[in-house]
Amino acid sequence: MILKGRAFKFGDDIDTDAIIPARYLNTSDPLVLKEHCMEDADPTFSSRVAKGDIIVAGKNFGCGSSREHAPIAIKASGVSCVIAPTFARIFFRNSFNMGLPIFESDEAARQIKQGDILEVDVTEGIIKNLVTGNAFKARGMPAFMQELISDGGLIAHVKKRGRI
Amino acid sequence: MTIAEKILKSHTPDKGFKQGDIIRVDIDIALANDITAPIAIDAFKSCSKKGVFDKDKVVLVLDHFTPNKDIASATQCKVVRDFAKEYHITNFFDGGEVGIEHALLPEEGLALPGDLIIGADSHTCTYGGLGAFATGVGSTDLGVAMSTGQAWLKVPESMKFIFRGELNRWVGGKDLILYLIGDIGVDGALYKVLEIEGPAISSLDLSNRLTMTNMAIEAGAKAGIIAPDVVTDVYIKTRAKRDYTMYESDPDALYSMVKEYDCANIEPQVAYPHLPENTRGISEVGEIILDQVVIGSCTNGRIEDLRVAAGIMKDNKVARGLRCIIIPATPKVLKAAEAEGLIKVFLDACAIISPPTCGPCLGGHMGVLAEGERALATTNRNFTGRMGHPKSEVYLAGPAIAATSAITGKISSPKEVVA
Repeated sequence: MILKGRAFKFGDDIDTDAIIPARYLNTSDPLVLKEHCMEDADPTFSSRVAKGDIIVAGKNFGCGSSREHAPIAIKASGVSCVIAPTFARIFFRNSFNMGLPIFESDEAARQIKQGDILEVDVTEGIIKNLVTGNAFKARGMPAFMQELISDGGLIAHVKKRGRI
Repeated sequence: MTIAEKILKSHTPDKGFKQGDIIRVDIDIALANDITAPIAIDAFKSCSKKGVFDKDKVVLVLDHFTPNKDIASATQCKVVRDFAKEYHITNFFDGGEVGIEHALLPEEGLALPGDLIIGADSHTCTYGGLGAFATGVGSTDLGVAMSTGQAWLKVPESMKFIFRGELNRWVGGKDLILYLIGDIGVDGALYKVLEIEGPAISSLDLSNRLTMTNMAIEAGAKAGIIAPDVVTDVYIKTRAKRDYTMYESDPDALYSMVKEYDCANIEPQVAYPHLPENTRGISEVGEIILDQVVIGSCTNGRIEDLRVAAGIMKDNKVARGLRCIIIPATPKVLKAAEAEGLIKVFLDACAIISPPTCGPCLGGHMGVLAEGERALATTNRNFTGRMGHPKSEVYLAGPAIAATSAITGKISSPKEVVA
C-alpha cells in the first residue's frame, strides 16, 4: 500500500490533550472529533488538512492519556499516517489496534519540512520526500504488529484468527 | 528476573519469552471508565460471541464526567449503564458508589499484588504501588480483553530507581516522583517499566506509593512498580477477596539503567506548565499568583492527602479571589474526612467540596479554567489546555504546597504558614 500527502509538522511531546482536548470527549463520534483534531497545537489544522496528508512530529508523539479518541480524530480527519522519532506507548498500540499506520524515523522527522509532499510504502516502511528526493527507512516492526496492520486492526485480527 | 517479568510469566501461555518479545497475557482485571468504556463496548460487541470472559474481572467506573455534566456525557454513561446491566457486571460503580477509579480499586481490594491489570485509562499504572503489573491501554484493547480475557504486550525492559536517605519535611510521594520525572523527562522511561525502591520508599505509606506509581506514565513508562512488603500486606489483606502473590525482583535481575537519589537533596517540587518534567524545588519558585487550587485526583485525593491539606488550612482562610476545590477521591475518603473533622476545616476555610470525580483534572467540569487563568493542582498533568482554556496554565504539586498556596493566593512553601 502506498500513501501520499502533504506533511504537517508538529514539535516534540504532542500530548493527547493537544490532539483531541478532553472538552470534546463527551462523544466518540469521528465526525465531531475530526473538527477539533490537533486544535490545541494548531487551531487551523482541521480546516487545512486534506485526505492523505501526513503528520510529521517530534519525539514522544501522543503522550498522556489512553484516549482512543486521539487516533480516531486523526484518522477521521483524513490523515493517512503519522511519522515521528518515537511514539508514546499507548498511542502506539492504539494506532496498530485501529489500523492507523505509524512510522518511527528520527531522520525523516528531522529533515521533512512543512508542506513537503511525501510518499510512504507501508509494507516496506520507506518514506520518500518527493520535493527533495530524499528517502528514509522507518524502524522495522515485529511480525505481530505487521500482522495487525495487514489484518486491518485488532478486532479484524481477532475475528479472522479467533484469538489475539 | 525482575518483578515485572515474574508477573508476566505467571500470566502468559507464551513461556520462555525474552525482553522485546510480544506475548499474550491472561488478565486479572479489565478496567474502563465513562469516556473509554463506550468505545470498548463497541469493540467488544463486534468481536464477542458469548458475553464477557468473567463478569467479576471487568470493572467499570463512571468517574470522569459524573455526576453527568451535560446530555452528551449522560448519553455515554447510559451506554455503560445498559451494558453493565445486560452483562451482570459485578464491579460496576455508579451514583453514590463512584470514586476515582485508581483510588477506588485499591480501597475496594479489587487490585492486588501480583495481578496483571489492564485499564482503558493511562493512570492504570497506579496499581504498581501494590506490586501489580498494571498498564494503560486503549478502548479496543479493553473491548477485546472483555471478550477474550487476554491482551497483547511487548515484554518491556526495566529501569530501577533507588531513593535513599530521610525525606525532608513536607516532602511526599508526589515530590519524589516529580523530581524523578524532572530528572529523566516525559519520555525518560518510554516503553519501559519504572521500578522504584530503597529505604525512603519502604518508609512510605501505601497512599504515597500509589501517588508515585500513578505518575509513571508521565515519564512514558509502561508500568511503575514498587515491590510489595509488610506495608502492602497490612493494607491489602483485610480488603482482598481473592488470593494474591507478593513478587520481588531477583538480585541478579537485568535493568537497562539503575539510578540512585539522595532524598536529602529533594525539596517539595512544583512542575511548571506545560509538561510534568518542568520541575523546580519550591525554593526556586518566584511569585506566581493563582486563581484556583485543586486538591484531589487519582494522584493525591486520598485521606492521607486531605489530612496534610487540612493540617495546613486549619484556622486559615482561602485567599480572597482564589477558588480552592477539594475533591475527596472516593465516598469512603469523603466519609473519613467528615468523621475526622477535615471537611469542617475545609468549609471553615471557604474551600469548595466536590463529590468524588475526575472533574477538573482533565478540564471536564467542576472547576474549568478561563483564558489567562492559572491553577495549582495536586493532579498529574499540566499539558496545554488540560484544565480548560488552551491559554490557561496548570502547575503541579503535592497537597502541602497546594493547601499553603490556597491560603496565600500564590505558590508558596508550607514553611511560610506552618511553624
